[in-house]
Amino acid sequence: MLRPRITRRTLIEKSAIVAAASVAMPYVRGAHAAGKLSIGFWDHWVPGGNNASKALCQEWGEKNKVEISIDYITSVGNKNLLTIAAEAQAQSGHDILAFPSWQPSDHANLLEPVDDIMADLIEINGQVNPTVGYLARSGGHWVAIPTCVGSQIKGPCSRIDLMKQLAGIDVMAMYPAGSPPKADGWTLDAMLRAAEACYKGDHPIGIGLGQTEDNVDTAGAIFQSFGADLVDPQGNISVKTDSVRQAMEYYRRLAQWLPPDAPAWDNASNNKYLISGKGALIMNPPSAWAVAKRDAPHVAEQLWTHGMPSGPKGRYAPFLPYFWGIWNFSKNKSAAKSLLLHLSQPSAVEQMVEASGGYDLPAFEKLTTLKVWAEAGPPKGTLYHYPNPYNHQTLSVAAQPAPPKIAVQIYTQAIHTKMIVRFMQGEPLAQTLAWAEGEIEGYMRT
Amino acid sequence: MVDAVVQSLQLNAARRQRSGIRRALQRRSVIAFLMTLPLILLIALLVIYPAFYSIHLATLNKSMERFVGFDNFAFLFKRETFWMVVRQSCIFAITAVIFKAMIGFTVAHFVHNVPNKGQRKWRGMLLVPWVIPPALSCLAWLWLFDPSYSAFNWILAQFGIDPVPWTGNAYWARFSVILVNIWIGAPFFMIMYLAALKSVPEQLYEAAAIDGANWWQRMWYVTLPMMRNIIAITALFSLIVTFANFDIVRILTAGGPIDRTHVFATWSFWLGIQGNDIPLGAAVSLFMVPILTVAAILILRDISRRGNEA
Repeated sequence: MLRPRITRRTLIEKSAIVAAASVAMPYVRGAHAAGKLSIGFWDHWVPGGNNASKALCQEWGEKNKVEISIDYITSVGNKNLLTIAAEAQAQSGHDILAFPSWQPSDHANLLEPVDDIMADLIEINGQVNPTVGYLARSGGHWVAIPTCVGSQIKGPCSRIDLMKQLAGIDVMAMYPAGSPPKADGWTLDAMLRAAEACYKGDHPIGIGLGQTEDNVDTAGAIFQSFGADLVDPQGNISVKTDSVRQAMEYYRRLAQWLPPDAPAWDNASNNKYLISGKGALIMNPPSAWAVAKRDAPHVAEQLWTHGMPSGPKGRYAPFLPYFWGIWNFSKNKSAAKSLLLHLSQPSAVEQMVEASGGYDLPAFEKLTTLKVWAEAGPPKGTLYHYPNPYNHQTLSVAAQPAPPKIAVQIYTQAIHTKMIVRFMQGEPLAQTLAWAEGEIEGYMRT
Repeated sequence: MVDAVVQSLQLNAARRQRSGIRRALQRRSVIAFLMTLPLILLIALLVIYPAFYSIHLATLNKSMERFVGFDNFAFLFKRETFWMVVRQSCIFAITAVIFKAMIGFTVAHFVHNVPNKGQRKWRGMLLVPWVIPPALSCLAWLWLFDPSYSAFNWILAQFGIDPVPWTGNAYWARFSVILVNIWIGAPFFMIMYLAALKSVPEQLYEAAAIDGANWWQRMWYVTLPMMRNIIAITALFSLIVTFANFDIVRILTAGGPIDRTHVFATWSFWLGIQGNDIPLGAAVSLFMVPILTVAAILILRDISRRGNEA
């Protein structure tokens, strides 16, 4: 049987044709001429919350001839943290990944600096609050950009009727929809009095004292309202200070008016507590209200999300931003940067916030007055003050301003709430503070 | 001529080598080894490699940039929480294994005495807790122990009894996680003991009965000696699994309140993954190895001694 033979001459001729064609047609692009991009986004709690990011990525991919693949990774069971740890170890995986609050600083040496994108975004969307910089800047560089998806303020969500009847506080008047807050009287002492009144009225306010994020966030903000930093910005332990003692004493008094099971609360407990109709106030983003709207509409129409009470050193609200980062081992960094820029444009942000029903929160100052929060209801305007539109409270994260590598340990080990529970269960304050100091000393390892 | 002789010697040597391989392949031990080789490779890949990798991780500093030898272990020895976790892990594992063994032993006897006709149904029903994936059954227990809406507390309230802080109080929380572990693990003991009971020759009981042995004497002098190896191996296996337990504590209490229910695995995860201190988390998890090795040596030595005596 005869087989066609490729002679040396034929090979040279064909190679020349291919080379000539390549030179002559540099702008002829295939469907995915600009390569591939693999993304790991956080899997949203809110049903349909992923739709907007998916559509935006597909639209950008088609326009720029980049093949996009998205994995939505849940934070249930810390699967997102496991993914981040595994990819960091393997130095392989997605190009873009969603990072919860503390992760960018911890993986800063593996993240591509994004100063260029942040400069553009700040110009378009306005400044970010200092907590964003605290969490996402390392060695003078931005290592991740804040995303609205998953970012939240865990401020109070109150029952309008119960707070009025039992504590004499009109939360709607204090935080009127469409206008600045009139909350000078909303202080930690006022909340303590309200807690006592609500407890006696059989509707205790629901502030958890467990070891999960929701509990720690509230404790962190209240400690900051007393100026009670466990570690200062230079990394010095400052547990045995008067401000920490004041915060502890305040919490001990508050704890007696909380539900007796508060030390066992997890992130779902406060939601369930409010939706059951038992609680007069919880500290949570609007997810509890969103679920109540579906499962207990009579409760939802009495809910009002508003600002934190102020303390001697200011009014602090727990803020948990999510970030998007690009691994430095990504094979398509320029495309990744371009996509992140696209996803952070005001119109894209608005689409994602709307898809989340107002849960997601942009970190940029020009994006805190989107119409989704003004129009959400019932009751109409319930979310108006959720994004802190008048900057009347300082957004912070528990354990700030300790250096992030120490703060993340204080946060995840729930030192604040453990201190409170130990003290409220009868341990002498000096012993509790000594215990906390010992624990924090252990976090100074490098 | 010389070339021809050399060539012939080489051919003979090759032939001898081939027949040696053939003979080796005919040996049962070689065939057994070859057949288990895929499993050995799989274990090497999924168990031995991660084990050595975790040893490597445990010798790095927090930022995983330099070798620190045993510093992480030395650091842990100075931590109050670490010793609390050691104590809790021991309490959790030992208490749970003892109760699982006792319940399994008792239930196995009951099932053994059920007529053969209905025994299969009982065996099936009693195995259900062990068969359900623990993550699912733990979620059901979580709802039963829920701090605010516990079904148990609802029942207690019907009798005018105050609610019990199942997961809110350190002692109750420990009780709860141990209870769930016993509930899940007791059927394993039951089925192992049942198999052992069935293998005890009936003639031994008949001989004991002829000698006038009562129920207790039959149990002490016939049943228990015949089941000793199974009891020991089951206890060892369960001790290892219970010591390394993660899901029950993680789902029910997440180690709380104030760390009072953490065991090695949950604390290791908390430090390593949630706290971004992977070397310290790896060091904590490795502490299970010496403790379990000592237990394994003691139990297996006892079994081997009895085997030799037999």
